[in-house]
Amino acid sequence: MKGIILLFSLVAFSGAVFAETAEEKGLAIAVEADKRDQSWGDQATTSKMILRNSQGAESTREIRGKALEVKGDGDKSLIIFDTPRDIKGTAFLSFTHTLKADEQWLYLPALKRVKRISSSNKSGPFMGSEFSYEDISSQEVAKYKYKFIKDDKYNGRDVFVMERYPQYKKSGYTKQVAWIDKEMYQPLKIEFYDRKKSLLKTLTEHDYKKYLNKYWRPDRLEMVNHQTGKSTTLLWKSYKFKNGYKSRDFDRNSLKRAR
Amino acid sequence: MKNNLTLLLLLCSGPLWANEWSGNIALEYKSFNQDGLSSSQFNQYGSVSVQPEWFHEWDNGKQSLSFVPFSRWDQHDEKRTHSDIRELSWLKVFDESELRVGVRKVFWGVAESQHLVDVINQTDLVESMDGEEKLGQPMINYALINDWGTVDFFVLPYFRERTFPSVNGRLRTPLHIDTDNAIYESSDKQNHVDYALRWSHSLGDWDIGLSHFNGTSRDPAISTTATLDNNGALSLRPIYYLMQQTGLDLQATKAAWLWKLEAINRRIKGESYIAATAGFEYTFYSIFESASDIGLVMEYLYDDRGTKALTPFEDDLMMGLRWTNNDENNSSLLFGVIADRNDSSRLYSIEGSRRIGESWKLNIEARLFEGVPSSDKFLYPFRQDSFAQVELAYYF
Repeated sequence: MKGIILLFSLVAFSGAVFAETAEEKGLAIAVEADKRDQSWGDQATTSKMILRNSQGAESTREIRGKALEVKGDGDKSLIIFDTPRDIKGTAFLSFTHTLKADEQWLYLPALKRVKRISSSNKSGPFMGSEFSYEDISSQEVAKYKYKFIKDDKYNGRDVFVMERYPQYKKSGYTKQVAWIDKEMYQPLKIEFYDRKKSLLKTLTEHDYKKYLNKYWRPDRLEMVNHQTGKSTTLLWKSYKFKNGYKSRDFDRNSLKRAR
Repeated sequence: MKNNLTLLLLLCSGPLWANEWSGNIALEYKSFNQDGLSSSQFNQYGSVSVQPEWFHEWDNGKQSLSFVPFSRWDQHDEKRTHSDIRELSWLKVFDESELRVGVRKVFWGVAESQHLVDVINQTDLVESMDGEEKLGQPMINYALINDWGTVDFFVLPYFRERTFPSVNGRLRTPLHIDTDNAIYESSDKQNHVDYALRWSHSLGDWDIGLSHFNGTSRDPAISTTATLDNNGALSLRPIYYLMQQTGLDLQATKAAWLWKLEAINRRIKGESYIAATAGFEYTFYSIFESASDIGLVMEYLYDDRGTKALTPFEDDLMMGLRWTNNDENNSSLLFGVIADRNDSSRLYSIEGSRRIGESWKLNIEARLFEGVPSSDKFLYPFRQDSFAQVELAYYF
C-alpha cells in the first residue's frame, strides 16, 4: 500500500517535471538563485581592475564600492575611484531598477559638480574596461527571459546551462549563455552575444567564497572580448557585510563627500 | 595620565590610514598667434602650478578635514603668479544634516556654456577665461536633508575679489584692471556678510534646484573712467555692487536626452533683470559599433538687458560636439562655438585630454575669436587674443 502511494507520488512528481517547459525551468533556476542571494542587506567592497589591450599592455584601477539591497527593485550603489590618480575621488551613484531606466549621478571632485547622467549607455564600457555598465549593475530576475538548455559538468562541477535574454531597453546583448553551479546557484561562466548574435565576450568567475554562511562571492572575474582581443581582470580584495548602511548613505549629499 | 596617553595614542594611530596626501603638479605652455594690442604683452607664456591635497577623516567617516592649497608661477604675468587656499574645511555628518565650516568651493547648476545660478565662489579669472576656475570661499554651510529635498544654508563672512591679468598678461581690457583699489557699494567692503539658501531635490527623471543669494555680487562692473593704480599707471577699477539673486536650475534626464534650464532674476543697482540658459545634450552611444560616444550640446544664452548686459552672451547660441573614446586613457575632445545672434562674433573652443600611463595627463585647449565687431565691448578687446595651450600634469 505504502509502495503504491510512493509509486503514485513518483509518477506525479516526474509528471510535473516533464510538464515544465525549458522556459519555466530556466526561470525557476533564476528565482532560486535570487532567493538564495536575498537579505544580504548591504556590502562594502574594495577591488582592483586590470585592463589589458590586444598587445597585452596593462593599466589598473582601484575602486571602492558600497551597495544597499533594495527589496523588490534594483540595488543602490556608490562607487569611488582611487586610481588612476587623475580621477581620484570621482564617484558614481546609481539606483538600479528592474525594467525602468536606472538613475545615475557622477561626482566630479575638481569642479565639485554633481552631474545627473543618462543611463542609456548600458552597453558602454565601464572605466574603459571590458565590463559594460549592464554587466556591473545588479542582476534582477525580471531583467531577463530564461531558457534551460541542459545539465552539464563544468570544471568538474555540476552545472545548469541556461540562456537568458535581456528584457530591459538599450542592452548590447541579444543573448547570454550562463553555466550556473548547482551547489552555489552562482554563475561560473557567462557568454555574451552581441546585437548581431555573434559571440562578443566570455566572463569566467573564480575562487568563490562563502560569506555570512550563506552568500557566495567570487574573488576574481575574467572578462575576455573575442572581437577586440582585449581583456579585463576584476579582483575583489575584500567583501564586508552588515555595515549598517541606510539610504541616506546613497544620496547626492553622500556622493559629494565620498572619498 | 596613562588614560590620556592611551587616548592620545589611539587618536594618532587609529585614523592614521585615513591621513592622506595627493594632488598634482602641472606644466603649461600658452601661445598666441597674434601680437597683443599692447606692447607690454607677450606671445608665449610658460607656467607651473601645484595643487596638493591633504585629507584626514575620523569618527567612522563622520568627521573630516581637508586642505587644498594652490599655487601658480607664470613667466610674464605677475598677477597670474598667485596662490590661493582652494579648500580648508571641517565636515561633520549627522543623521539628517551636514555641517561644513571653512574655505570651500560650491557648484550649483546644470548648464555647460555659462553658470548663471552658480554664485557662491568668486571666479579665478587669471586661471582660465571660461570662468570654470574658482577661488576658495570662507563659509559656514549647514545642510538639512529631508525626504522632500536638501536645504542648504550659507553664511559667507568674507568677500573674495576677482583676479585679473596684469599689464603683461593677455586676455585683458586695453587698460588693465586695478585690483588693488576695488570699489564697493557696501561700506563693509570685503567684510560684508552674505547669505544664501538653496533647496535641491531629485524627483524621478527631474533634478531641480531653487536658490536665493543676498550679498555682494561676484561679477564686478568696471569703472568707465580711468584712474591711476598704485604704480601710477592708468587703469580701470572693479566695482562690486550688492545684489539679490533668485535662481532656478532644472534638468530632465530622458534616456539619451538631457534637457537643461538655468534662470535667474538679479536685482542690482536698483534694477531687476532676467537671464537664462536653456538647451539640451544628446548622446549617441557606441557609435559605429565602437566604444566611442558622440554628444551634441546646444544651449541658448539670454539676458533681457540686451546690449546693455554686463556679459557678451545676451542673445547667443552655443553649439558643442563632445567625443568620448571610453578607452583606458579616458581620451576626450570637446569642440564648441558660441555665436552672437545679432552680429558676426564667434567664439570657438577646443578642449581635449587623455591620460598617459598611470600618473600623467595631457590637456590641450584652444580658443579663437572670430568676426568680433567693435560694437561688442566685451569681446572686442580680445580680438587678437586667440590662443592654443598644452598642459602636462603629474598626479601623485
